[in-house]
Amino acid sequence: MSEPSFVHVLDATLRDGSHPMGHSFTREQIAAVAGGLDAAGLEYIEISHGDGLGGSSINYGRSLLTDEEMLEAAAPVIHQAKLTVLLLPGIGIKEDLEMAAKHGAKAVRIATHVTEADIAAQHIELARKLGMEAFGFLMMSHMAPPEVVAAQARLFESYGATTVYVADSAGTMLPGDVKARVKAVVDAVKVPVGFHAHNNLCMAVANSVAALEVGASFLDGTCRGLGAGAGNAQLEVLAGVLDKLGYRSSLDFYKVMDVAEEIVAPMMKRPQVVSKNALMMGYAGVYSSFLLFTARAAERFGVDARDILVELGKRRMVGGQEDMIIDVAYRLAEQRKEKTA
Amino acid sequence: MTEKVKVAVIGPGNIGTDLMYKLLRSKQLELVLLAGVEESEGILRARALGVQTVIGDLRPVLEDASIRIVFDASSAKAHLRHARKLEAAGKVAIDLTPAAVGPYVVPSVNLGSLHGAKNFNMVTCGGQATVPIVYAINRAAGARYAEMVSAIASKSAGPGTRNNIDEFTRTTARALSVLGGAKRSKAIIVLNPAEPPMIMTNTVYVEVDRPDEAAIRSSVEQIVAEVQQYVPGYRLRVPPQLEGNKVTTIVEVEGAGDFLPKYSGNLDIITAAAVGVAEKLAAGWSRKEATA
Repeated sequence: MSEPSFVHVLDATLRDGSHPMGHSFTREQIAAVAGGLDAAGLEYIEISHGDGLGGSSINYGRSLLTDEEMLEAAAPVIHQAKLTVLLLPGIGIKEDLEMAAKHGAKAVRIATHVTEADIAAQHIELARKLGMEAFGFLMMSHMAPPEVVAAQARLFESYGATTVYVADSAGTMLPGDVKARVKAVVDAVKVPVGFHAHNNLCMAVANSVAALEVGASFLDGTCRGLGAGAGNAQLEVLAGVLDKLGYRSSLDFYKVMDVAEEIVAPMMKRPQVVSKNALMMGYAGVYSSFLLFTARAAERFGVDARDILVELGKRRMVGGQEDMIIDVAYRLAEQRKEKTA
Repeated sequence: MTEKVKVAVIGPGNIGTDLMYKLLRSKQLELVLLAGVEESEGILRARALGVQTVIGDLRPVLEDASIRIVFDASSAKAHLRHARKLEAAGKVAIDLTPAAVGPYVVPSVNLGSLHGAKNFNMVTCGGQATVPIVYAINRAAGARYAEMVSAIASKSAGPGTRNNIDEFTRTTARALSVLGGAKRSKAIIVLNPAEPPMIMTNTVYVEVDRPDEAAIRSSVEQIVAEVQQYVPGYRLRVPPQLEGNKVTTIVEVEGAGDFLPKYSGNLDIITAAAVGVAEKLAAGWSRKEATA
């Protein structure tokens, strides 16, 4: 097997990390993290509301800063990395992407549910027209078999995506699941393939390595693993592991560790651990961003968060359906009332 | 007994075909012509049901003076052309495309205030489902901000929706303000491929001035009953839940299963609302003509 010797690494601390931070990064925090990551050699630094441009809402949580303000805080401190944004069609719109380009974004990840790539054609086309790198990002990849993931990746490639990503948004895949899907995609497309991990089953770094073994050449990490659910592949750990395995990357191992330890760790609201609810998400295959909303709904309706998560998994809810947490919690509470009545 | 009002449909796709089935059941409307651009499944189905069809020529629709209402289920681009011709020919147009030549209409909300309009735009499926809720909450409690999330089954999202998904969010958000009365608004759409397909669900969040739970609940229940008159599968799934000044309400829409499967509530609600508009217009005309 030919293993790519160079791995492109994207940091998503200021995007996926926005979930556990309640979408409340300040200008100062953004500048400190982005500046540190730029100096540590990151190729791509992703900055957006956790649910992408336009994500600030009741459903996903309101942002302290607007998309524009976040980009303005980061752009001046980024010298060599590519400022990257996330956009989920159905939430963000083309005007949001034009705004980001104007504020210095050089790359965008257009994310759809793993079976719905065709809603992103127009956004990929616009990104290319704006001179941006355009990543097609297939969320919740565990919900589709490898051949479907590959066909959807091919769609993204046909729209002009410069890279396609397999994302384990629920942190539920095991290395075998990752290999099957990433390999199917690598075999199906000519563009580079990436993998985005969540750590709900403590598999984020192992799964990232598994992806590399079958031909992926882009990986995501976040400092201290800061991200939705139990977080992502921990960037500084990834840097060390890549080095030990003999992969080359643009990362400065020591500097990445310093950013994580000295800049990101002090701003975190809580340590990034696998809590029982995050574990349940990985177990039941539920979108990682549901974590905090589920805890809140459980408290409000007086039901067990784990029951909500299992039911969401059974209903096969996809990314973005945070509103259904209330639906499930309400229903569970009503059922209990009927039982005790 | 009063005579039925004669109507035509342009565009025999999924929406046009579903409309056809609903019109064939209508007590006030008579479908006399279906116009398409080419021989298609929809055209064949119409013929089999005894509906007269015409291909690639709008003149038979425009020149038949007995046709008073024309439903346009073609495309936004085509409707921009059709709208002028229909108006010149004296027809009332009910536009099911995103063209929005005429004012937005949601029957339970603003049909009564659109006297004399010649072109009605049906907003979006999500707009038909959620504008009534925002409107009902606004009249009871004042809506500072409204946000809706529509989840629809992947199978019921056709190429029209998929190729222009931004149109849905922009138009729906605008309607929440223009018709719903919210000062600011946002719309989100999510496609879900679960099998068996899920029925359309819509969550509405409203931040209100006066969090009066009883007033909000009764206003919402009242409007849900009104929508049910023209969309029987429209149901309150989670009644208004208050948390501070935030009101969360969830409604679902099960299709009538006329032509499209029942899970396609998103398509059903827009065709049902369009027929609802036409039937109300027809009823108004027949009252006027009876007293004239």
